[in-house]
Amino acid sequence: MSGPKDIHEYLAEFDDIPGTRVFTAKRARKGYWLNQFAMSLMKAENRERFKANERAYLDEWDMSEAAKQAVLARDYNAMIDEGGNIYFLSKLFSTDGKSFQYAAGSMTGMTQEEYAEMMLKGGRSPEGQRSIKEGR
Amino acid sequence: MARITAGITSSHIPALGAAIQTGKTGDDYWGPVFRGYQWVKDWIKQPENMPDVVILVYNDHASAFDMNIIPTFAIGCAERFKPADEGWGPRPVPDVIGHPDLAWHIAQSLILDEFDMTIMNQMDVDHGCTVPLSMIFGEPEEWPCKVIPMPVNVVTYPPPSGNRCWMLGEAIKRAVESFEEDLKVHIWGTGGMSHQLQGPRAGLINKEFDLAFIDDLIKNPERLRKMPHIEYLREAGSEGIELVMWLIMRGALGEKAKEIHRFYHIPASNTALGQLVLEPA
Repeated sequence: MSGPKDIHEYLAEFDDIPGTRVFTAKRARKGYWLNQFAMSLMKAENRERFKANERAYLDEWDMSEAAKQAVLARDYNAMIDEGGNIYFLSKLFSTDGKSFQYAAGSMTGMTQEEYAEMMLKGGRSPEGQRSIKEGR
Repeated sequence: MARITAGITSSHIPALGAAIQTGKTGDDYWGPVFRGYQWVKDWIKQPENMPDVVILVYNDHASAFDMNIIPTFAIGCAERFKPADEGWGPRPVPDVIGHPDLAWHIAQSLILDEFDMTIMNQMDVDHGCTVPLSMIFGEPEEWPCKVIPMPVNVVTYPPPSGNRCWMLGEAIKRAVESFEEDLKVHIWGTGGMSHQLQGPRAGLINKEFDLAFIDDLIKNPERLRKMPHIEYLREAGSEGIELVMWLIMRGALGEKAKEIHRFYHIPASNTALGQLVLEPA
């Protein structure tokens, strides 16, 4: 592979991508319990207990208060800031009966209809979305 | 002798599985996608094209592997694999039946060939594995061939480089060709194409990048072998990194490959979809 072999250089490049948080080790460590909580929703009995009392279920996990609040608010951008990963968090929106398109759209500031319409028209253009530093 | 007779790429998004489950495969939105897959469905039904075994390269989406275990390359060596419950109950599809003899042969060969595989004897398979089977084989009572699931980590960074994926593909080809039984083996590379599922940049699609990727996958894979992760992230969105798995498929076809079929479609939910059939040339 061309590109940096040095892990510091490799990781530093990720911060230059607009509107994107790459799931690095740092994020994986921060979000460990948030992601493990989400995984627990793969079991039907856990989904039932969570739905019956979300706060009580969340309190069983060693998560930060910010992460718990993000879950309760279904704020997916905030969950990702807390180290959540979309594939783990998919267990949460699946429990809610929501799709990947719903969850992805909810992070863009667009309504679900606006987001679906953008996708129908060919999706978000990469123009201006590649690099913050280079403005391209 | 076993041999690799074809390489197939397919999307593996859960929305395709949901479209089948809810009877929407003919509607205005999904109709063009399912009609686009009709060619490969018909092609694979021909006896000369039907594989005995599919090596199915995909990524586990936090189903079999949680934050506790993150193998870069794993291989399913079990007799059977159950569809995972990903939060809405398991997909109502048949169990995936493995080929433990060939899978263990490949695992052993790869390790001797310096690829340190993680061997899975108990593993549920998620939409990454079962959706391509549904898209290509339809809705049979049993899948028509054996499947060796091969999950690749593209979730926690760093995923393997494109070049490493290519080299793993080459090693899989060598391993398959040293298996004594006469078997037709397919290798499928799934996921992609351009898409981003997170953050304010969600919904990114890059048709120009995708079409160049397809062209070079066939004619100029050297460029793709050298492509750094940052380029996938910038050009094809954060989840576009799944495309490194296509290089495992392509590497297993050998130096030259020919294009048998191509279908490209935007949008499939959040993604651009690429469905190719390639053969060793």
